[in-house]
Amino acid sequence: MKRLVPLIITFVVGTVLILSVFIPPMEGLGENFTLFFDIIAVFAFFLGGGNLVRVHFQKMSRKSDDWEFSIVTLVGFFVMLAAGLFKIGNPGDIASSVTADGSLFQAIYRSVFVPLSSTMYALLAFFVASASYRAFRAKNREATLLLVAAFIILLGSTPFGTMLTSWVPESWSIFQIPNLAVWLMSSPNLAGQRAIIIGIGLGVVSISLRLILGLERTYLGDDNA
Amino acid sequence: MLSPLMAITVQDIGITVSLVFILLGLAWLAWRSFSGKEVDRRIIFLFIFFSVAMPVIFKISFKFKATPIVNALYEKIESLPNNSTVLISYDFDPAMAPEVQPMADALSRHCLSRDIKIVYMCLFPTGQGQLEQTFSTVVRNEFPEKQDGIDFVNLGYKAGGEGVLNVIVTDFEKMFPTDVNSVPYSEIPIFDNIKSCKNLDLIISIGGGRPGIKEWVLFVGDPGNIPMAAGVAAVVAPQLYPYYPNQILGLLGGVKGAAEYENRLRDSDPKFADMPTPATTMMGPQTLAHIVVMSFIIIGNILFFRNRKRGEIS
Repeated sequence: MKRLVPLIITFVVGTVLILSVFIPPMEGLGENFTLFFDIIAVFAFFLGGGNLVRVHFQKMSRKSDDWEFSIVTLVGFFVMLAAGLFKIGNPGDIASSVTADGSLFQAIYRSVFVPLSSTMYALLAFFVASASYRAFRAKNREATLLLVAAFIILLGSTPFGTMLTSWVPESWSIFQIPNLAVWLMSSPNLAGQRAIIIGIGLGVVSISLRLILGLERTYLGDDNA
Repeated sequence: MLSPLMAITVQDIGITVSLVFILLGLAWLAWRSFSGKEVDRRIIFLFIFFSVAMPVIFKISFKFKATPIVNALYEKIESLPNNSTVLISYDFDPAMAPEVQPMADALSRHCLSRDIKIVYMCLFPTGQGQLEQTFSTVVRNEFPEKQDGIDFVNLGYKAGGEGVLNVIVTDFEKMFPTDVNSVPYSEIPIFDNIKSCKNLDLIISIGGGRPGIKEWVLFVGDPGNIPMAAGVAAVVAPQLYPYYPNQILGLLGGVKGAAEYENRLRDSDPKFADMPTPATTMMGPQTLAHIVVMSFIIIGNILFFRNRKRGEIS
């Protein structure tokens, strides 16, 4: 029973959603099922929040490694939760937007969360630079192709690419680096990406059918099923 | 009459100082590498730091001509009649914002200046915070005469990703019964003639993650036959070329795409002459950083081939 109910739900929902695309009268039913999904998705926020609090409280009570960071996580979580739920400092009433200019939520978001997230992402530049010096080598034919392509794309996205090959006559303009970069993106890259997309599409169809027909049951938490 | 020396700008001095500094540094790095001495990782990091900091200090930036893929979106917005309605979806977080927020701002500015109505929404929870940034810097600041609900509306964030798209392609109200300020859908004038995405003239997804432009194409653009365009982070742009020009009519890729759009907008109309151009400003640091990375690749590979010739590596 524990496994039969989820299997039946998956079969019914999957079948209805597929049929709603091909049979217009079933369109409304498909929409309603999607709305059910959105309602369930909202409950995932409660579960996610609850789980985060539980895990970090456990870490603190057991004084596990780096438990001090859990304090930061929980303080951040509860401060943002309070700022959002009670709309602290919000210029409008309780019905107004949580991110309204002047609210505590938006102030913390803009002055703490945005700079921290951007900084973390920007650190990638340093690691890319280090990798380009130490690891990006033309070790074999494939690596050389990748290296040359990356080099052209990088050069093509700077004004130096234009400057370096501006002497190339118009009849040979494909060999101007910016044009070469565009060709690389719109021909070899396009072909490769299309192949990947078609492959993924076929994979999605196959796994979806397996799920709907109950052949694929790993999502039930039973690897041997 | 100005003497030739007087004609030299701070920017010229900045470019010269930056290039000399970086070239001398790279020559030193090459000499050290070829002498077989170890180059500390922190020195590599310093190069990136200076190549990014110097253009910021000396305000070095470069102008770019819009490529056809960027120009296509510009021309599409230009071709829309007044009172058309465009949906802009903020599908990104602060990590992606430096690359894509300038696009979102420039597109909002372009649409509002042409009296095109905008429906804002987001599929990322953090998109709503980014949206507020556009409201404070562009919408309220540059277009104070535009009214909420009439010229633009903010629907905010809704959880569910693809599920949200699957519903709004046929019915907005089912998914967004109110806007972000709790105004009921039926009382928002912008939606008087709009029931679903199919009634929109253009949809632009700004982002690069999931859910993003691919999901918009799959669930809304293709089934509803609605014109779509995108602005995405540079790393995502190559994945979207298969969709151009049939499923997406234009694409802004990374800071360069945003800078091209800003320049196109600024060159098109004198009223945009003094508009903020954050992406164009960012092209200075990005260009010098690219040059440094390319130099590292060259030095690293010369070293690799020399060592292989000597038999030091197999």
